[in-house]
Amino acid sequence: MDPLILARAQFGFTIAFHIVFPAFSIGLASYLAVLETLWLKTGRDVYLQLFRYWLKIFAVGFAAGVVSGLVMSYQFGTNWSVFADKAGPILGPLMAYEVLSAFFLEAGFLGVMLFGLERVGPRLHYVATLAVAVGTFISAFWILSANSWMQTPAGYDVNDQGQFVALDWLTVIFNPSFPYRLVHMVLAAYLTTALVVGAVAAFHLLREPDNEATRIMFSMAMGMITLVAPLQIIAGDAHGLNTLANQPVKVMAMEGHYQSHPAGAPLILFGWPDQAQARIDYEVAIPKLGSLILKHDANAPLAGLDSVPRADWPSVPILFWSFRLMVGLGLSMLLLAAASLLARWRGRLYDSLWLLRFAIVMGPAGFVAVIAGWITTEVGRQPFTIYHLLRTDQSASPLAAPAVAASLAAFALVYFIVFAAGVFYMLRLMGHAPHPGEPGAEHLGPIRTAGHFPEPALKGGKP
Amino acid sequence: MSLAPLLPSIWAGLIAFAVFAYVVLDGFDLGIGILFPLYPPGRSRDILMNSVAPVWDGNETWLVLGGGGLFAAFPLAYAILMPAMYAPVIAMLLSLVFRGTAFEYRWRTVRGRWAWDLAFSAGSTMAAFCQGIVLGALLQGVTVVGRAYAGGWWDWLTPFSLLTGASVVAGYALLGATWLVMKTETDIQQRAFRLSWRFAAATLLAIVAVSLATPFLDNQYWRRWLTFPSILATAQVPTMVSLTAAALVWSLLRQKEYLPFLLVLLLYALCFMGLGISLYPDILPGKLTIADAAAPANSQEFMLFGAGLLIPLILAYTAYGYWVFRGKVKEAGYH
Repeated sequence: MDPLILARAQFGFTIAFHIVFPAFSIGLASYLAVLETLWLKTGRDVYLQLFRYWLKIFAVGFAAGVVSGLVMSYQFGTNWSVFADKAGPILGPLMAYEVLSAFFLEAGFLGVMLFGLERVGPRLHYVATLAVAVGTFISAFWILSANSWMQTPAGYDVNDQGQFVALDWLTVIFNPSFPYRLVHMVLAAYLTTALVVGAVAAFHLLREPDNEATRIMFSMAMGMITLVAPLQIIAGDAHGLNTLANQPVKVMAMEGHYQSHPAGAPLILFGWPDQAQARIDYEVAIPKLGSLILKHDANAPLAGLDSVPRADWPSVPILFWSFRLMVGLGLSMLLLAAASLLARWRGRLYDSLWLLRFAIVMGPAGFVAVIAGWITTEVGRQPFTIYHLLRTDQSASPLAAPAVAASLAAFALVYFIVFAAGVFYMLRLMGHAPHPGEPGAEHLGPIRTAGHFPEPALKGGKP
Repeated sequence: MSLAPLLPSIWAGLIAFAVFAYVVLDGFDLGIGILFPLYPPGRSRDILMNSVAPVWDGNETWLVLGGGGLFAAFPLAYAILMPAMYAPVIAMLLSLVFRGTAFEYRWRTVRGRWAWDLAFSAGSTMAAFCQGIVLGALLQGVTVVGRAYAGGWWDWLTPFSLLTGASVVAGYALLGATWLVMKTETDIQQRAFRLSWRFAAATLLAIVAVSLATPFLDNQYWRRWLTFPSILATAQVPTMVSLTAAALVWSLLRQKEYLPFLLVLLLYALCFMGLGISLYPDILPGKLTIADAAAPANSQEFMLFGAGLLIPLILAYTAYGYWVFRGKVKEAGYH
């Protein structure tokens, strides 16, 4: 087997597993900060209940995010050492800033956030929660800047050793695709979290319609989705237009445009891309709509992949489907937003069966959309690691297939065991409804176990 | 005056500091994992884990800074070192995955707790062992051609690297045991005293063995450590190590609670100094100097601005975190 494919599979696998956790914890950290704000402001116990409920889930997800992220900081070197040598002078500092300004902040205050409420009091604890939430955002800032630079490199030069060096750091950091990618990803994280919170709330509302905490989180989640889902579609559209300007080949592949269309390109809805023959089979398309969306002019000419050397094509079949999956999920989020708005307006937010069921089904939609979106943007960058500057097949370490295959197998095995267990524990925590006297993330010591373990308390507490 | 000529040395110092911070901080919490099977399941293990639960994540971040900092400040060294240490680095990462998640997972299950206890102790031990192997493999040297690693996939595996691997396991266990002496009470503390004795003996033996073996690896080490006149300077290190070891024995005999941990920290600092003497000014011994591997000055300069601003801040709030959770770990109330 080609070691390059194995190395790409390893990077793709480890980062796809990783991104799920930060996508959730960026949103959840902010949600926890909001809940604690409400608790401190109103003094209502129900917000503390919700805070403690989600804090336990946050702790499990955060641990999984930390350790899978640690792996990423070494992946550049193990399989992609030529890339590391060449891009290190630019990407390294961006990541160093991420570690210094975000990871330490999150890690430093996480202990206080999880275990310190009784030790430091509500005010300092609130500072810790805010620090963790801000840390997750700063982390997204730097890592998306680094990723965006690989997509749309700017402000660089190449030195005698063939390394990329920065000419102007601000241009490097705020490279052309960065602001769009940052907004799109942060909104995606908020949506992902809101969908999970909404699904958990809906699940419990079906069983226990009068639980106040559950009602509050359902209302908050649906409100968030109503606000963010339309914003995300606008942000996604802007990001798409930015990609068209900077990486037109990626958009050609997403749209399935093998051919150029000098007098208005169609919007291909569905079809079966055939990369070898360079055509879309069984195409269902709306004439001129592609140009209308991308160029805001139905008759505008739009170049296709036939205008680009074949060696520079990304995989159309992957991009075509991952893009449609993401957009489809985005539209169904919009539908959920509209449905919840309608139910709210009719005063049926908490007891509309079909809305609750729809919200449950949409629970994992954010994760799937995030992964589909990342596949679109990353596979769309191929066959380059740094767009138009460094080819993927010239980025790898001196690799040997057995070593890469063995490590890939080890990663797959360990990740499936460890992260499946993590998801299982999170689901089990979500399987209990929040209730008065909700325990926090403190690990239950043997003495407290007797009175505070969730299960007996739940059973004893129910009428 | 331009800072540029000094930058590589400043960054080498900063990364050395990050690695040292990592080694002593994650050292004691990996040590807790290594000692885990030596305590009975149940209450004792709960307290062991709770003694490091609020701080382990911050401790491990120093490893991200070490790896990320190397990538950023010395990309060439990172690009050569990672393929050279392929197997031990990946084994270390996977071990850390197991033991890191075990911190949260073990509290989420009663039936499966034994499995996460095992993941915690095996992961911690394996991670420590792999780190020791990387240290040994670095000291014995790697094959470099041009700007890439050119050795085999198993070059890292030698009797010497196995020795350094075992040494780091013993050393982390000692850090963990003296940490427990400081943080726990009654029977758990008494057991920690007994374990401190055992692992102090093992660690000191390991220091002697590694110190005796190192000069035979490469001329440079022999010349630095054992020829006149440099021996006058270098001999200070083993002298200090002996004095610290004697003080450690005394503090354990007198059942001091804080002193053993602090003396072990000093022991680590001295060993680290010894490593510095062996390596400087190389980053890959005999192959690559700090200056050769350095990223362009403007990369190092840009980062130095951030590091200068943020590292003091990090140290301050890390200290605050430790201060919040100061004192003995109790069964009730806390956790």
